Amino acid sequence: MSSGPGLESLVDQTISVITNDGRNIVGVLKGFDQATNIILDESHEQVFSTKEGVQQLVLGLYIIRGDNISIVGELDEELDSNLDLSKLRAHPLKPVIH
Amino acid sequence: MLFFSYFKDLVGREVTVELKNDLAIRGTLHSVDQYLNIKLENTRVVDQDKYPHMVIQCVDYNSVFSFCKLSVRNCFIRGSVVRYVQLPPEGVDIELLHDATRREARGG
Repeated sequence: MSSGPGLESLVDQTISVITNDGRNIVGVLKGFDQATNIILDESHEQVFSTKEGVQQLVLGLYIIRGDNISIVGELDEELDSNLDLSKLRAHPLKPVIH
Repeated sequence: MLFFSYFKDLVGREVTVELKNDLAIRGTLHSVDQYLNIKLENTRVVDQDKYPHMVIQCVDYNSVFSFCKLSVRNCFIRGSVVRYVQLPPEGVDIELLHDATRREARGG
């Protein structure tokens, strides 16, 4: 049972978490458990809008309850740091409706 | 357990996962677990213009040809937010699946 899509391989890497309410939180994965509860260090939220570029809100050390997590993505830091977030515009993501 | 085994057989194939927030992600199935959490590799977002949240980098060559790269290439999707998994037709043996579901419904 232990083999599967665990998050072991992402520990200490920068990840992007999309939550059920459509927020996008980027940070360094420090820990996780069976229920996908996640500990993020040096995290910040990226706020998407159609009127202005992506805003970054600093959050710091964060624990996200697994229930609220939709996607955990491994970030290619090199690509991501080359991105000009101030030019990126998009509607905020829709919340998850179960 | 049946669908867990079924998805395990699909590892390595290209699937599209549609989420309950309407986002659709296509990628190679890397692994699944008992909660049907899914890990995809070489991901791309199906409607990339509308959803740049997995963060794309686009190089626009004289606005005729544009080239996009995702800065998220591998991702973990929590089983609870999956609405559909679109499978390759050749990945489904309907007869076999019928038999297996009937056997499970009978309790053994």
